[in-house]
Amino acid sequence: MADINPDAMPLKARPLSPHLQVYKPLFTMMMSIFHRITGAALYVGTLLVVWWLVAAAAGPTYFNWVNGIFGSWFGRLVLFGYTWAAMHHMLGGMRHLVWDTGKWLEVEKAQLLAKATLAGSLGLTLLIWVIGYAVG
Amino acid sequence: MRDLKTPYSRITGLGSAKEGSDHFWHQRLTAVANIPLILFFIISLISLLGSDHATVVNYLGSPFVSALMLMVILSVVIHMRLGMQVIIEDYVHGELPKIACLMLNTFFAVFVGLVSAVALLKMSFGG
Repeated sequence: MADINPDAMPLKARPLSPHLQVYKPLFTMMMSIFHRITGAALYVGTLLVVWWLVAAAAGPTYFNWVNGIFGSWFGRLVLFGYTWAAMHHMLGGMRHLVWDTGKWLEVEKAQLLAKATLAGSLGLTLLIWVIGYAVG
Repeated sequence: MRDLKTPYSRITGLGSAKEGSDHFWHQRLTAVANIPLILFFIISLISLLGSDHATVVNYLGSPFVSALMLMVILSVVIHMRLGMQVIIEDYVHGELPKIACLMLNTFFAVFVGLVSAVALLKMSFGG
């Protein structure tokens, strides 16, 4: 509606704020980037959940076939990565919820939280898979 | 004080995006909900490892599990749509591609949500 037609009124190139490549990589920054990447991966990966639920609803033959794919070495690798993405995004999100209260924003505390997020996500992922292998 | 806002805009308090703090709030609301729901989902999957089809359908089709699974799907789908919306708004700058991506984002979230819900309900009611 109130949009400017660029042909009628050419815009000058506007200054842009600097992006990632100009900053020295910091641990908290990497965890922030990982939070976004894992979020996007989880988004796409919901198709796996849909596929599995549809397979279960479809019947035993198709379900067993799909389960075979998930159970293959490649399927397990993808699911292991998906588990880690979920755990990392969950802990990263809890970190954000803490920050939302205005606490733990100091540099040292934020770095401690970032390290705890990475360590926690790896630990939880391994725990889930160890239990999984012990049960299944 | 000089204020360019219309009186209507001032009383609604929704700002230029017309949705106030809804995006922020729903992102947090579903984030909090996702924590127990995803843990329930993962524990369910672990408990189903090695089970045959009948056991899986029996479990997913039971009323309590089915209701919780629908909550998982609902909360996750809302959360991921809001998250992807932010990513799109950050990286897709052209007006037309941006609107197209935002539409596809909503379509994808609805697709994932409703197909999962139909599958779950079929296991509950479809026999």
